[in-house]
Amino acid sequence: MTGAAFKFETVDGTLRFYAEGDWSIAFVSRIDEDLRRLVGTAGEARTAVLDVGGVTRLDTSGAFVLNRMATAFEASGLSPRYEGLQAQHRTLLEKVSALESPAVPAVARPRASIDVVERIGAGVVAFGREAIIVLEFLGAVVSAIFDVIRHPSKLRVVPLVHHMERAGFDALPLICLLTFLIGAVIAQQGASQLKQFGADVFTVNLITIIFLREVGLLLTAIIVAGRSGSAFTAEIGSMKMREEIDAMRTLGLDPMQMLIVPRVLALIIVLPLLTFVADIMGLIGGGVVAMTQLGMAPSVYIERMRDSAVFWTFGVGILRAPFMALAIGLIGCRAGLDVTGSAESVGSQTTRSVVFSIFLVIVLDALFAMFFTAVGL
Amino acid sequence: MSGDKNDIIIDVKGLRTAFGDNVIHDRLDLQVRRGEVIGIVGGSGTGKSVLLRTILGLKKPDAGKIKVFGIDFDTLTPDERRLQERRWGVLFQEGALFSALTVAENIQVPYREHLQMNNQLMNELAGVKIAMVGLRADAAGLYPSELSGGMKKRAGLARALAQDPEILFLDEPTAGLDPIGAAAFDELINDLTSTLGLTVFMVTHDLDSLYATCDRIAVLADRRVRLIGTMDDMLASDHPWIRSYFHGPRARAAAPKVK
Repeated sequence: MTGAAFKFETVDGTLRFYAEGDWSIAFVSRIDEDLRRLVGTAGEARTAVLDVGGVTRLDTSGAFVLNRMATAFEASGLSPRYEGLQAQHRTLLEKVSALESPAVPAVARPRASIDVVERIGAGVVAFGREAIIVLEFLGAVVSAIFDVIRHPSKLRVVPLVHHMERAGFDALPLICLLTFLIGAVIAQQGASQLKQFGADVFTVNLITIIFLREVGLLLTAIIVAGRSGSAFTAEIGSMKMREEIDAMRTLGLDPMQMLIVPRVLALIIVLPLLTFVADIMGLIGGGVVAMTQLGMAPSVYIERMRDSAVFWTFGVGILRAPFMALAIGLIGCRAGLDVTGSAESVGSQTTRSVVFSIFLVIVLDALFAMFFTAVGL
Repeated sequence: MSGDKNDIIIDVKGLRTAFGDNVIHDRLDLQVRRGEVIGIVGGSGTGKSVLLRTILGLKKPDAGKIKVFGIDFDTLTPDERRLQERRWGVLFQEGALFSALTVAENIQVPYREHLQMNNQLMNELAGVKIAMVGLRADAAGLYPSELSGGMKKRAGLARALAQDPEILFLDEPTAGLDPIGAAAFDELINDLTSTLGLTVFMVTHDLDSLYATCDRIAVLADRRVRLIGTMDDMLASDHPWIRSYFHGPRARAAAPKVK
């Protein structure tokens, strides 16, 4: 016999309930609603008999619904009893009826309108708090860097070089390829627009100025934030999770000098260098398009490039790089230190670190652009 | 059910597992009888957990046959396989609770996925399981990160028992628990196996657990099951590892507790 089945009848004020078949979880769920309804239809019966002789298999869920029914009959004064109960089923039923199972509360969902306002508020507060924490951390890191400058023996050279290699040298292929492609795309789009005015030679001015002032740095900073900022968070975060940072402290080592200063310094050194490479690659990408699409000789391209740019065209770009590096390093390391015990917090902190540092890179870029325009560079 | 005449519920024959050149098991045979509590012991790196994972199909054996419920799982289609897998429950070492769900929701996962069940019954049954493993009533709405180690194990056990399995696999159930919590957990296992008629396959290091719960013990050494039998068989063995394990200082401390 497969499936759980039941029938019932009321004879002379006695409600007789016959259960048969497989009262295990897969089948009990199908008859659950009918059983609930049955309890309400007891009618004029004064006693109830639960005949379970036909039950071939009983598991906890089956025992639970039987017991639930018995309890409900009991509550309406029917004094139920079992008939034909097998020995092993009896142990289970007794066990289940002895349990005081808690009512699992239904999940309360707050009203959407209130929820939205609450989340906005919480977001603003969290942002403010985060800003203060980052500022505080900035102070700590800068003072640690000055400490290193005063006592150069404190500088950890090997980690510094290691992180320069990881964040700088290893990022070169990616940055070269991406900036080359973006340079080519900008030149190609610029040329096709400027052609309409017969001013296609100015494509060179466009690509030179836009790359040296803005795009070279911005692209590099965003790639580094995604590549190295996230790596910093994940590395420091997993060390924090495994209590390695606490272990350092107990051994008299300063995590700030061991972990954070080398990473931040490495980025500050490496990001201007990467930006320089990015600028060159972008200009080469633009040059390739100028040659193939505008038929411009390389010597002409270089000549026009020199005419359109002065030192400060390049200077305002490269000057921002250390500040962006500082921002990326700070956010990356700080998010790592914020990791709490669990592995999922490493993941969520890494996401936060990347989002926040890219956000900060773009905001800083805009602020610097306004500043340099105001001072006339 | 068909099982009663079929005495052997897990049948491992000629199992070989290896990670690269590192052979963990070689021609390993193991038979588990229906209704018994079997403890798997062995030194570190003898592949106790690997054996468990191989039986569960989480790791592919390199050679050999594994039959659970008399069925070779390799011959099943994915759908049939999922159906059979619902007949066992597993408690992983750290509980392996889904961190985004509350305890009650963790228990309800198989109900939600495999059975068409109304919410009311789902909540009631989750409550039964929570009470059954001895968790406090208010634990139902807590997230795994809010639970202590012992509570995580109990919640993991509740999820393993959600579908009333026939076999319960336990991977180091008492590891990381304090002695009182571990003893309470042993008692819980005993209680559940006697009421639910479970077969328990337990990987453990804990001598107290072995004394308190296991009908038989299988010792993994030299890449196979070196000895399988009752505690008395273990104590009588003169295999060096088994001797030092069951006659060491910790063993002497554990032994008097059995009556």
